[in-house]
Amino acid sequence: MQIQVNGEPFDAGKCATLGELVNQLGLAGKRIAIELNMEIVPRSEHESTPLKEGDSVEVVHAIGGG
Amino acid sequence: MSEQHLNDPLVIAGKAYQSRLLVGTGKYKDLQETGEAIAASGAEIVTVAVRRTNIGQNPDEPNLLDVVSPEKYTILPNTAGCYTAQDAVRTCRLARELLDGHDLVKLEVLGDQKTLYPNIVETLSAAETLIKDGFKVMVYTNDDPIVAKQLEEMGCVAVMPLGSLIGSGLGILNPHNIRLIMEEANVPIIVDAGVGTASDAAVAMEMGCAGVLMNTAIAAANKPVLMASAMRKAIEAGREAYLAGRMPRKAYASASSPLAGVIG
Repeated sequence: MQIQVNGEPFDAGKCATLGELVNQLGLAGKRIAIELNMEIVPRSEHESTPLKEGDSVEVVHAIGGG
Repeated sequence: MSEQHLNDPLVIAGKAYQSRLLVGTGKYKDLQETGEAIAASGAEIVTVAVRRTNIGQNPDEPNLLDVVSPEKYTILPNTAGCYTAQDAVRTCRLARELLDGHDLVKLEVLGDQKTLYPNIVETLSAAETLIKDGFKVMVYTNDDPIVAKQLEEMGCVAVMPLGSLIGSGLGILNPHNIRLIMEEANVPIIVDAGVGTASDAAVAMEMGCAGVLMNTAIAAANKPVLMASAMRKAIEAGREAYLAGRMPRKAYASASSPLAGVIG
């Protein structure tokens, strides 16, 4: 399944949910925040949020900044 | 010792802080230096940026929030790099999710890359949306007293005028405007941007600013951890001098030693 992650095309394979995608990205348990098609998906809902072809996912974290 | 003895906290959105120095976490050599500098600064409020995670790159690399822990510091996510109200609001919402509902943010909407000067129209628009959405907004702005007052009246919890351009190290270029802003303010006025060295920070505090937010002045020093310590002292010294009330300036000398009893 082709989706977009952080603006780049991404093969999400057989990931059926956002939670599975987070696992595949190696980001399980990390301090991240996720938007699915411009809407924030709370951490508690990652597992239950389905992914579909063409979805656009943004994954952000905190980095150094002023 | 001094601040505790003075019992003179900086209160932002109802929370009291002992340190009046707020620091950023950008431009450091590595996370270790970041952590050491922040510890040396004594700051309790620490800004971070929110950026896309690098997909496919070493997910085990240390995270900024492991070094600057939200349990120990008040994390202030900023919207640096945003040029529209929409992007700034989106960034704040992501930050709130990232930090488990933490709603104190630094709003900064920029105008252009050369000056990083704030775009006030977009800043006002973003502030309005964020405040309606329940955020506590500390806002980066120019040194215009009218705009500063408008931002306060909208409900911003702190107004943060620039001393000079972000990262310029030029100090406070228009202290008269900062004074005009403070005269009318009922929220903390924090100089954000422009400080280059310790004396700049002391000047801001001597004028009566509630605090100073800085990043580059520490991170770009030859020895950032030492500069962080210098800034801590400058902020404390400046605050105490402000509270002590300086002597009036005079055009002519005034002897410190008694005139009576001079020999000869």
